[in-house]
Amino acid sequence: MSSVLYEVPGPKGRVRNRVSNIVVVILLAGAVAWLIHRLYVNGQFEGRLWRQFEYAAIQREILKGLLNTLRAAGLAAVLALLFGAVFAAARISDHKWVRVPATYVVELFRAIPLLILMFFFYYANIQFQWGLTPFWAVVFGLTLYNGSVLAEIFRAGIAAVPKGQREAAYATGLRKNQVVRLVLLPQAISAMLPAIVSQMVVLLKDTALGFIITYAELLYVAKQMGGRLTYGFPYIPTYIVTAVIYIGLCSLLSVLARYLEGRSRRRRKVTGAPAPITKAPDLGAGPGGGASL
Amino acid sequence: MLSVLTDNWDLFRDGFWLTIRLFLVSAVLSLVLGTILGAFRVSPVPALRAVGTGYVNTLRNTPLTLVFAFLFFGAAKMQLALPSPFWTGVGALTIYTSAFVCEVVRSGINTISPGQSEAARAVGMTFIQVLTLIVLPQAFRAIVPPLSSVFIALLKNTTIAAGFSLAEAGAIPAAMSERGENQLITLVWITIGFLILIVPLIFLQRWAERRTAVA
Repeated sequence: MSSVLYEVPGPKGRVRNRVSNIVVVILLAGAVAWLIHRLYVNGQFEGRLWRQFEYAAIQREILKGLLNTLRAAGLAAVLALLFGAVFAAARISDHKWVRVPATYVVELFRAIPLLILMFFFYYANIQFQWGLTPFWAVVFGLTLYNGSVLAEIFRAGIAAVPKGQREAAYATGLRKNQVVRLVLLPQAISAMLPAIVSQMVVLLKDTALGFIITYAELLYVAKQMGGRLTYGFPYIPTYIVTAVIYIGLCSLLSVLARYLEGRSRRRRKVTGAPAPITKAPDLGAGPGGGASL
Repeated sequence: MLSVLTDNWDLFRDGFWLTIRLFLVSAVLSLVLGTILGAFRVSPVPALRAVGTGYVNTLRNTPLTLVFAFLFFGAAKMQLALPSPFWTGVGALTIYTSAFVCEVVRSGINTISPGQSEAARAVGMTFIQVLTLIVLPQAFRAIVPPLSSVFIALLKNTTIAAGFSLAEAGAIPAAMSERGENQLITLVWITIGFLILIVPLIFLQRWAERRTAVA
């Protein structure tokens, strides 16, 4: 296999690669051994730090934290999709008085740090006594930020449908509404799906910010569990368990995104549908371009 | 409304100054670490590729808040604590952002068609020459726009340090609440502060995009 940087290795190159491979594996094993040794020396493998996971009450606690995470992520995902659809529609509107404000709203929410957005709801709630729980601060914050990124994804997806489609649809006498709804959207959605799912990974990860505004999601629960003297402050065991849960959930979604991307790429070969959009578009190079973080 | 800013100017100044320092130091470090990881991912040595892939897949699917929590609460349990909270924060941001820089670098290198370097090798260029004269100048073009997005996200992500007792801009609301100031006006000012920091980055990004665009 020839890559951009490396030639197909000859006999010498193959030997060199094999030797480097072994050296790297040894170094890696050394690093892992050092880490395990470090954990061992500091007593992180002691039974009492891990025993807590055997208790049903603790398991229920983790499960409750996980459910809270999923609840916030699920609701925020639905609301963000709605927000994104509405603002994408507004951004492609023919009326300037609709299009321009919508553009500013989307750009603004993509530029504000998500935590600050959540703080707005959190402190507004305290100041005006709205009686909202931190759950809603998390959900609304996630909705505004991810909704704005999704609006951009939708807009770019519709813009990516080949121009002839739109022109042909107009030529047959369809109205703008019909062109978008009947011709452009059905083709755009399959191209947008990978980007939408990737954005859901971002959304799911960002629920962990709820930790900072005292929403009892998974990471918050983990912090509480880690701080328990009875079990010898098992921070490391709890964080390892938490990380495994997060990485597992997000990886599942990432795999789905890759599958959808592969599928629409395969289909493109057959039908000439638009290329899949794999991440939030950088159109206009908006600040939300870092959407995948 | 202005008095909220002027009366507490010390808080805002110190907060945003810490944000800027966190951002700059982490940006440089994650650029270095991310480039090294990116080099791993395109290397002909399978074990190095595996290290790069494993790192990226793990860190991209971990919330940054968890990375912070692990370094601030967990690392101490292994006596691995970094010298100061500032450097611990920089560590968390760097570890996380490097994964994204790595992906940008890797996909930037992959945009160049192998024919380019094959031709370069055919005229007798060495590996270093191929890299510095042929591949990197072209890859740079594909790397700059997404890389600036990564750094804009990094700037916004510094606010998470506020949850871990680093008094940067994200921690201003808590301090203001102790002083009994209006929280919402405070947040408006913080938003304006971030816009002031981000907008130049966006213009820089557009400028770089234009500079590097294919004529």
